[in-house]
Amino acid sequence: MSNTARFVRSLFLLELFKGLSVTLRHMLFVRKVTLQYPEEKAPISPRFRGLHALRRYPNGEERCIACKLCEVVCPALAITIESEQRADGTRRTTRYDIDLTKCIFCGYCEESCPVDSIVETHIYEYHGEQRGDLMMTKEKLLAVGDKYEAQIAAARSQDARYR
Amino acid sequence: MLQWLISTYENWQPVSGYLVHIVAITVPLFVCVAYLTYVERKIIGYMQVRMGPTRVGWKGLLQPWADMFKLLFKEIIIPSGANKILFLLAPILALAPALAAWAVIPLNATTVLADLNAGLLYVLAVTSIGVYGVIIAGWSSNSKYALLGAMRSSAQIVAYEIAMGFALVGVLIAAKSMNLGDIIVSQAGQHGFLDWFWLPLLPLFIIYFISGVAETNRAPFDVAEGESEIVAGFHVEYSGMAFAVFFLAEYANMILISALAAIMFLGGWLSPVQGWVSATWLATPYIGWILDDGFHWLLIKIAFFLFWYLWFRATFPRYRYDQIMRLGWKVFIPITIVWIVVVSAMVLAQVGPWWDRPS
Repeated sequence: MSNTARFVRSLFLLELFKGLSVTLRHMLFVRKVTLQYPEEKAPISPRFRGLHALRRYPNGEERCIACKLCEVVCPALAITIESEQRADGTRRTTRYDIDLTKCIFCGYCEESCPVDSIVETHIYEYHGEQRGDLMMTKEKLLAVGDKYEAQIAAARSQDARYR
Repeated sequence: MLQWLISTYENWQPVSGYLVHIVAITVPLFVCVAYLTYVERKIIGYMQVRMGPTRVGWKGLLQPWADMFKLLFKEIIIPSGANKILFLLAPILALAPALAAWAVIPLNATTVLADLNAGLLYVLAVTSIGVYGVIIAGWSSNSKYALLGAMRSSAQIVAYEIAMGFALVGVLIAAKSMNLGDIIVSQAGQHGFLDWFWLPLLPLFIIYFISGVAETNRAPFDVAEGESEIVAGFHVEYSGMAFAVFFLAEYANMILISALAAIMFLGGWLSPVQGWVSATWLATPYIGWILDDGFHWLLIKIAFFLFWYLWFRATFPRYRYDQIMRLGWKVFIPITIVWIVVVSAMVLAQVGPWWDRPS
């Protein structure tokens, strides 16, 4: 571009007006992308990683066999497991704690689990009013699993082809 | 009680009359400022494909009040190293000129608080005081960022005040008067909006408005605040209502600059169809009132300029500091000087339709 052309362009603010037309066009004609959150929600992938849950088999037996793979793989050291041999000779957990204040929701625990016991649900709206509220114990995790089993199973079957 | 009020009002004339006028101007002005923040958030939101405030009240219309009450109830923290008196004086010094200048703004053909003959000079003088608020705020905060913001702001305003002054000299030559009311009247005529000064003074008009944007420290000339560079510039250390007053001053200044641009280049309260509408149309109720000259046209013109302010902010990235200086000193001042000469020649040659009638 010659110097004269550049001079004319900058003197008459041509490029600035081009920019202004872009914003005006967006103001008037472009559909707004805002999601009115509590009323509208973004779609969630079946692989969404939200609040944790421990699952059970259909007969009511808890899946977790206390192999501690999740505890080992957890990069944030958020999982603490203690185990014992139960009367029927199987190994089960006596303690399964996830500290949600440490958890980074990477999903490694779910991936490492050989029995699909520890999973991450689609729940993302939860809070704690005291410090202890975000410390998930085995009972709490199992309760979450019991309550949302249908949703968890549906998400897993949707994703099963790719695993 | 009412009797007492009326008698006090009568006894204290003309002071009480002025007080009532002042309140009648400032209170609507504050409401306008409050809703300008709302409109700004809405318009910039829409330009960025968002929605802006929607939650407080219908379509978010109560948002400014929520913001105001939040700031009212917050603590004003005074830094331990700050100069207390100046620190608290600065916001007032920033706001007061923006309000004081409204005294000479003619609202319609007959209404003006102070009909000064040197109105233009008064406006220039008063608006320049506003920068002291910024400088004192920056210095008295005893903070590096605040001082940097104040330095930038003062240098910028010195540069743009000159271009602005020259642009107003052009208006002065064209209108042959310093009285803002007379400036508007000299733009009256039979050719609608073509009679206004924006056409013969187009370069001065554009330069005046751009300088006005720079003067009020608005984007893209907001280096005095420059969030990404110096946190918040001159008002980093302010909180609560003291901060809100700076905010108020900025928006009041925007409205003031818009009003002045409307008065000097777009004929203030003059109707854009003046001289084109027959007398029978003007005599018709409602339609005639809208088409006739009046305060509503001034409001529409102010709103027009305010929209440009917001549009600029949504569109342009911030100027680099040296570019601002270059634009002010090496572009605007030469152009204004050249155009003052051109305007003088046009006035001498009695170019119509602006200067072909005897004044």
